[in-house]
Amino acid sequence: MLGWELPPHNSGGLGVACYHMSKALALQGASIDFVLPYTAHHPDTEFMTIHGATTLSPLERYGRMGAYDSKYITEHGYDSVEESDLSDMRGVQRHYTRFVEQLVKKNGAPDAIHAHDWLTMEAGMRAKEITGAPLIVHVHATEFDRSGENSGNPIVHEIEYQGLMMADRIIAVSAITKSIIMRRYGIPGDKIEVIHNAIDVASLGNYDYDGRTYKYLESLKEEGYVVVATVTRFTIQKGLTHFIRAAARASEKYDKLVFLLAGDGEQRDELISLSADLGIADRVFFTGFVRGKPWRDAYNVADVFVMSSVSEPFGLTALEAAHHNAALIITRQSGVSEVLNSIFRYDFWDIDVLADQMVGIALSPSLAKDLKANVRNEYARISWHDVARNCLRLYSQAASGKVHA
Amino acid sequence: MSSRGIVLYLHVHQPLRVRKYSIFDTAENHDYFDESDTTTDRNNERVLRKVADKSYRPMNELLEKLLHKYPDFKVSLSITGTFIEQAEQWAPDVLESFKRLVATGQVEIVSETYYHSLAFFYSLEEFERQVRMHRDKIRELFGVETSVFRNTELAYNDSLAKWADEYGFKGIIAEGWDPVLEWRSPNHVYKPAGTQDISLLLKNYRLSDDLAFRFSNKAWEQWPLTADTYSEWANASMKDSPLVNLFMDYETFGEHQWADTGIFDFFEQFVGKWLDNPDNTFYTLSEAIDTHQPAGEISMPNTVTWADTERDLTAWLGNSMQQEALRHLYALEDEIIRSGDIGLIGDWRKLQTSDHVYYMCTKWFTDGDVHAYFSPYESPYDAFLYFMNALRDVRYRVSEYHKHRGL
Repeated sequence: MLGWELPPHNSGGLGVACYHMSKALALQGASIDFVLPYTAHHPDTEFMTIHGATTLSPLERYGRMGAYDSKYITEHGYDSVEESDLSDMRGVQRHYTRFVEQLVKKNGAPDAIHAHDWLTMEAGMRAKEITGAPLIVHVHATEFDRSGENSGNPIVHEIEYQGLMMADRIIAVSAITKSIIMRRYGIPGDKIEVIHNAIDVASLGNYDYDGRTYKYLESLKEEGYVVVATVTRFTIQKGLTHFIRAAARASEKYDKLVFLLAGDGEQRDELISLSADLGIADRVFFTGFVRGKPWRDAYNVADVFVMSSVSEPFGLTALEAAHHNAALIITRQSGVSEVLNSIFRYDFWDIDVLADQMVGIALSPSLAKDLKANVRNEYARISWHDVARNCLRLYSQAASGKVHA
Repeated sequence: MSSRGIVLYLHVHQPLRVRKYSIFDTAENHDYFDESDTTTDRNNERVLRKVADKSYRPMNELLEKLLHKYPDFKVSLSITGTFIEQAEQWAPDVLESFKRLVATGQVEIVSETYYHSLAFFYSLEEFERQVRMHRDKIRELFGVETSVFRNTELAYNDSLAKWADEYGFKGIIAEGWDPVLEWRSPNHVYKPAGTQDISLLLKNYRLSDDLAFRFSNKAWEQWPLTADTYSEWANASMKDSPLVNLFMDYETFGEHQWADTGIFDFFEQFVGKWLDNPDNTFYTLSEAIDTHQPAGEISMPNTVTWADTERDLTAWLGNSMQQEALRHLYALEDEIIRSGDIGLIGDWRKLQTSDHVYYMCTKWFTDGDVHAYFSPYESPYDAFLYFMNALRDVRYRVSEYHKHRGL
């Protein structure tokens, strides 16, 4: 298993998905070598063997230069960087690939190579070349998703294209992602299997919500206000300017709405200005970066959770919100909407529809109650054990050269 | 014949800056002004102690010396309530030294809003309450009455002059801005349009800014400025007029221009140099008004301030964050006042200090340097978020208050 992060050192959903998938696979008898680009302690991972490809700390996994942004990935970097040079992303990836080469030479061919996203695709391809083992490429997001309405980095596109071509089978986390892989990379659909992510409810923990973290919002709720929340990174991909515009539109129709934006990101200042320009700054709340209790309680305080993404391969946060008893409004461009029925859907640009749905839920307590209750049954049906079972099936199909199930 | 006089007016002010006050503090903690991090300029105690050492103590010492040495040396000071409260807490000796200056009889205290607010533009009632509070505080502290008014940031227009006239002030001050003055000189006493018994004094911004902004600028062709040169400029400026009005922040001396720029020595030499000529003197604002008849009438229908190249209110009210912040703040007025809760009313008023919205200014490009220098926040957006959270907490407190009283 070739991954880039695991909890608690994850920056997003990729690490969480890799962790639960591996755990479920191990429970079904798989023996897993999990390669990471950094070295750190990971609690509760005794079900697999973790390898650190470098001595970097988790925070340096995109290179010592700092956070990952694909616009800084250059061909120049790849060609000129010494293998020992871990200052940038390409150096770390090269090092990672070399480590995987040595690992498979030492341990022999695995039954399957499972590589997650473009970050590890080159290592996956090398391992396949050396061992002849089948390569499963698991796509959690493409460069097209990450770059929003921009074109993305051509080098990353090239690596994704090669990885998808070389793969024996491809796992897409949603039908939306499958269609992007087909449309944008010209990969035939029968090579791609959609396996939706699940949510591990147990990992969210047992606790009593104390209603204190967002005391001011709770006090507004007592006065009849409805809290509409989103928990995300503030990047173009997440479509938050549409969210703010819809918030303004909804507030015109119904006065007792407030909006919680939990998270941080490059778009924060723009969103603050926009909410002031639209005259709703007073009812828009910014938390800054949150994790732990304030992160969890952002879901708890929410009556309505909106996923406004322009392009979201899956969208685990929607399931987390459902688990914390929020009614969901999700863009049609988010993969998670494929596995849920009791939600409102809209197109990311359609602020009138979003505003209408916000007001509709706020005005109808019984509608909100039904949405919350019904969606709980839906997300609970999806389990990591099903994901693992599907993966194992794919591994053995790929090994026996069968393409169709 | 009356002497040619310099009118030196210095503005003493420190705001109560809002700490990093998040949504997680809102409705939990009410200590908006108590930053615990002692390494940041959001920490009000730290700033007050620092500026006391760099500016208030050395400058008051120098002023005291000059006042004793030269009976003709005069100064006018405006001292905000938010400064006084902080000095009472962290530098009482500084307040004592201000009292000694006033006791010489050569120092006039100028009237203003206690909280250095822009209340005039939002609520006349609240504005008058703050003027009254300030007059009471000045009387209590210094034993003097005020008779000349300055509005926050010298924000002035014709209706403010009318208000001050009707309120009984004999004088009011404003920026001597070219588009208003046209061919006229700022070096006269004027009468504000539509008033009866009040005079207007206008800042000579060229000579004022030579000290306040340019003094230590090594790229300035006049650097280093000497007392001789500056006296010549003042003389030349007054060729056909009786006054030069030097209006600036008190903190010019020692804080904006550090001691090592030579600002204190320069100032001492300049005062001596100026008074060497028996035709020259200094006036307080009131003396200048009492000594000279208005040379004409000045009308400023639009608000003029002493800030930036635009001389308007855009540094405080130019963007929608600033407008939203003050709109929501003043919307609470009735409920806040009705609560009768002195602590709550005080916190609400401390949020009215104009510096808070100044920190939210985003017109960085031409005036950005000045704003950047004065802001203790990472960005105007952070300043806005902390302020809004504090405002929400005030609203929470007032709603709790009325709930308990069955409103």
